[in-house]
Amino acid sequence: MNEMIKMVVVLTVLSAFAGGLLAAVRTGTSEQIEVQQLQFVKGPAILEILAGASNNPIADRFNLTDGEIEQTFFVGKFDGEPTTVVFENIGRGGYGGDIGVMAGINLDTDKIVAVAVTTHSETPGLGARAKDDPKFAAQFKGLPVTETIKVTGDGGPINAISGATITSRAVCGSIAATLNQYQKLKPEIAEQIKAFK
Amino acid sequence: MAKTLVQEFSKGLWKEIPPFRLVLGLCPVLGVTTTMENGLGMGLATTFVLVCANILVSLLRDIIPQKVRIACFIIVIATFVIVVELLMQAYAYPLFLKLGVFIPLIVVNCIVLGRAEAFAYKNKVGLSAADGLGMGIGFTISLGALGALRESFGAGHLTVWGDLSFNFLSLFPSFEPFAFLVKAPGAFVCLGLMLCILNMLGKK
Repeated sequence: MNEMIKMVVVLTVLSAFAGGLLAAVRTGTSEQIEVQQLQFVKGPAILEILAGASNNPIADRFNLTDGEIEQTFFVGKFDGEPTTVVFENIGRGGYGGDIGVMAGINLDTDKIVAVAVTTHSETPGLGARAKDDPKFAAQFKGLPVTETIKVTGDGGPINAISGATITSRAVCGSIAATLNQYQKLKPEIAEQIKAFK
Repeated sequence: MAKTLVQEFSKGLWKEIPPFRLVLGLCPVLGVTTTMENGLGMGLATTFVLVCANILVSLLRDIIPQKVRIACFIIVIATFVIVVELLMQAYAYPLFLKLGVFIPLIVVNCIVLGRAEAFAYKNKVGLSAADGLGMGIGFTISLGALGALRESFGAGHLTVWGDLSFNFLSLFPSFEPFAFLVKAPGAFVCLGLMLCILNMLGKK
């Protein structure tokens, strides 16, 4: 009996200690990790969407609160005028988990400029093609923000990646949420973007 | 039977070098050595986990009951692997992206569990730390060597660290890279060749 108690106590204390240590390290590094993610993951995606912008979109950014969520908008200036915002939404229900998708929208035309997948856990060669295959992302270019973003199987205009319907649906879900959010927050976005003239 | 610190440390560098003599921890050896940089990064991460896990297991060796020792080792090792993963995300993000799923796999790397069970559980802290460090550095050297081999002959260039790299294709224009070496079967062949070389050198 004594032996059993000792085993339980040791395992419990050890696990508690491990949990505490990990929580501490996680809190300690979370800020630095965000900086790194911005630089290496989101940064390239933003620069890809805003190719040709005359400013630094990663530095020119502002935050808005949508209900409970804080959203960061990256501004792109073309011909001296800040016209485009890029922001990210998470697509739930990907095959391997959440898929992060950045979308750029032009405020003057209310159309999607480009989209880019940032983080995902999809299968290489299948779902991962949402990020690797430029033809998939190109489908979203130029679509108006009022468009219903769905795969052709659900009645929408987007061709899913063959063999990766779930991934394609998740990406569409993310972009649909992005367009929704954009339409809801458009007045505030237009207001904030003036600061970058 | 008390060996000196230096002896415990140096045995991991040659006589009992983990992948080639103990033939342990082959999964990452084959999986991440597509470039030398990846191999070295993986080796350093594993070394960190090895040293920390060995020290902690050795410190707790009188408290850990015999019957749940493996569970306790795994808790300790997994904790340090997650710490390494978070640190890598915070300070070496590109390496984290390249190593991907192999970082969590350090937990089940036979070297780490094997040294905890075979050495740290039965020896003092100082010796365990030296053992962990020696094995870890030996592992790092092995990964680096294998990575250098596969990258040079398989891809035609060698990235030493970051931007410093040698491009063999530009030095020797007729050099045709042996792409087979960069794939998984080529890794096995390379490993076999290095085992052969080390055995030959060992016999002398």
